[in-house]
Amino acid sequence: MYRYDEFDHGFVAARTAQFRDQVERRLSGELTEDQFKPLRLMNGVYLQLHAYMLRIAIPYGTLSARQLRKLAHIGRVYDKGYGHFTTRQNIQFNWPALKDIPAILDELASVEMHALQTSGNCIRNVTTDHFAGAAADEIADPRPYAEILRQWSSIHPEFSYLPRKFKIAVTGAPSDRAAIQLHDIGLELKRGPDGATGFAVYVGGGQGRTPMIAHKVRDYLPEEELLTYIEAVMRVYNLHGRRDNKYKARIKILVHETGAAEITRQIEAEYEEVRKTDLLRLPESEIQRIAAYFAPPDLPEKPARSGALEAAKADSREFATFVENNVTPHKAAGYGVVTVSLKPIGGIPGDATDRQMEVVADLAERYSQSEIRVSHEQNLVLPHVALDDLPALYASLKAQGLATGNAGLVTDIIACPGLDYCALANARSIPLAQDLSTRFGSPERQKEIGELKIKISGCINACGHHHVGHIGLLGVDKRGEEVYQITLGGSGDETASVGALVGPGFKTEEVVDAVETVVDTYLRLRESPDETFLAAVRRLGQQPFKEALYGAA
Amino acid sequence: MSAPIQKSAAKTKAATQIVTANRLDDGLVVYLAPGGGWTEKLNEADVLATPETLAAAVEAGKAAEAARVVVESYPIDVERGPSGLRPLRLREEIRAAGPTVRPDLARPLGA
Repeated sequence: MYRYDEFDHGFVAARTAQFRDQVERRLSGELTEDQFKPLRLMNGVYLQLHAYMLRIAIPYGTLSARQLRKLAHIGRVYDKGYGHFTTRQNIQFNWPALKDIPAILDELASVEMHALQTSGNCIRNVTTDHFAGAAADEIADPRPYAEILRQWSSIHPEFSYLPRKFKIAVTGAPSDRAAIQLHDIGLELKRGPDGATGFAVYVGGGQGRTPMIAHKVRDYLPEEELLTYIEAVMRVYNLHGRRDNKYKARIKILVHETGAAEITRQIEAEYEEVRKTDLLRLPESEIQRIAAYFAPPDLPEKPARSGALEAAKADSREFATFVENNVTPHKAAGYGVVTVSLKPIGGIPGDATDRQMEVVADLAERYSQSEIRVSHEQNLVLPHVALDDLPALYASLKAQGLATGNAGLVTDIIACPGLDYCALANARSIPLAQDLSTRFGSPERQKEIGELKIKISGCINACGHHHVGHIGLLGVDKRGEEVYQITLGGSGDETASVGALVGPGFKTEEVVDAVETVVDTYLRLRESPDETFLAAVRRLGQQPFKEALYGAA
Repeated sequence: MSAPIQKSAAKTKAATQIVTANRLDDGLVVYLAPGGGWTEKLNEADVLATPETLAAAVEAGKAAEAARVVVESYPIDVERGPSGLRPLRLREEIRAAGPTVRPDLARPLGA
């Protein structure tokens, strides 16, 4: 893991001291709310329905056991005993008092964490594949590049007041688990013709009220050119991005209005200008220095097959289901990547109690080289677990309600906080996720349905990623009543697509049945159990689902 | 398990109003009470039955913002039922009662 150097420590300590002073001046009346609001937002502090909310950055979704234990401590001491892991690989606390937040930031700084750039029109926390550094299909670990981007973008003076927020995602594997084509900039690590490492660069993706898939603007960018090229993209956006209308201010709108070919030309021209200075070309030594922090752990050699694992699977169908769904192949033989589901049947997606966080921290120390990942799908990941240890790990997880074997299945639902917490929401998301989870919760039903990603947003800002749900649900307020629109066929993977609205929305008391109708239609029409829901929707189109939901026209 | 999803009460033209805000130092939801103080209890809110009392209460909210007591004050529609006041919009009902998905954190209306 990356470790702060003296500069990092000094920088975060200075920012915490600065914000402590700003809070004191706000509470004393020296600052008005209008003056204070942009300052608190720069430090991750929102005002939500019930209280302040603190959003803490988890750079590229990577946590140490020590850091997760600190988050548990913050939840217990300063909040109400839980935290909420978000679709941006961050964590939010829903109840902190403003007067306590400087102390929380001090606590975070003690474990090399902060809340910077989790809000505002700046470059936000860079996200990656939650299996980074462990996945068997990985070309290279994306986190060193995400860390380089983090260091470069932190309080970058030129890019701290962009037209709008800016999100960068990096994947190191061809199977895109980071949804890079739905980001302002998406980076896909790849090998060049000479075997060197570089990136395919995508620009202009995003969700929100105007969902768009990014355009590939570069098929191959050598790794040493990363910052030079990204700086060029940022400059084109900063210069030409619209500032007259916040709903048209994201780079996706600029790309759409300018055209992919012309925006590519502008970026390449700016790139040539930035290159002339040669200031941002990454020295090989610096790439290696950062990469060394992310060196693969020294895992003892193991046989590829674990007798203990196979015996435990034979003993328990429930455990076998957990292994089948929640354990992903590791690049090292004899190891697995374990998804710790934060989606218990009928539970709140992404919530974890302080005790659960402590248990996962303990288990990471014991079984996973003290490493934890946070996924944008609102689960936790133990990236380096010996297959021999899976039975014991499972037993410990189960004791804390953390052993639900549903990763990637119909109950592994993404949901934004919705109207239960969020000041922007029009409808609730979490209760719908809970009701759907309960409806489809039996292991047999989930196995029959197979891979199916349901994603729920409580407003058009799409924090619940409904646009890229295989089934997407968008809550709207229709004359004071919660109504849910259904989209079908979205996907955030390497075959990215935006879901299409299937028809008029459904009232709260109707929507679970409607989703079940969609699922049953899929089960009836799929060519075989091997044809996934997404593949079936892409083959069949919307019509059979429309007819099932609304009757033949 | 989730709380039952219920329709919010329909708006009525006869709605009365109260003034709400979030307290500055801890952010919790509060209501303007008779006498000018702020209370966490919905049922202790000052019910504003006339345009004149509403205007005065809105002014009191702005004054409390300036005095660093609260932030983001605004009036909301309520109705009086058997168990006391109830906000007409679901958003305000959730602000008053707490997240519907966390009954352990709920503040029952009427309490």
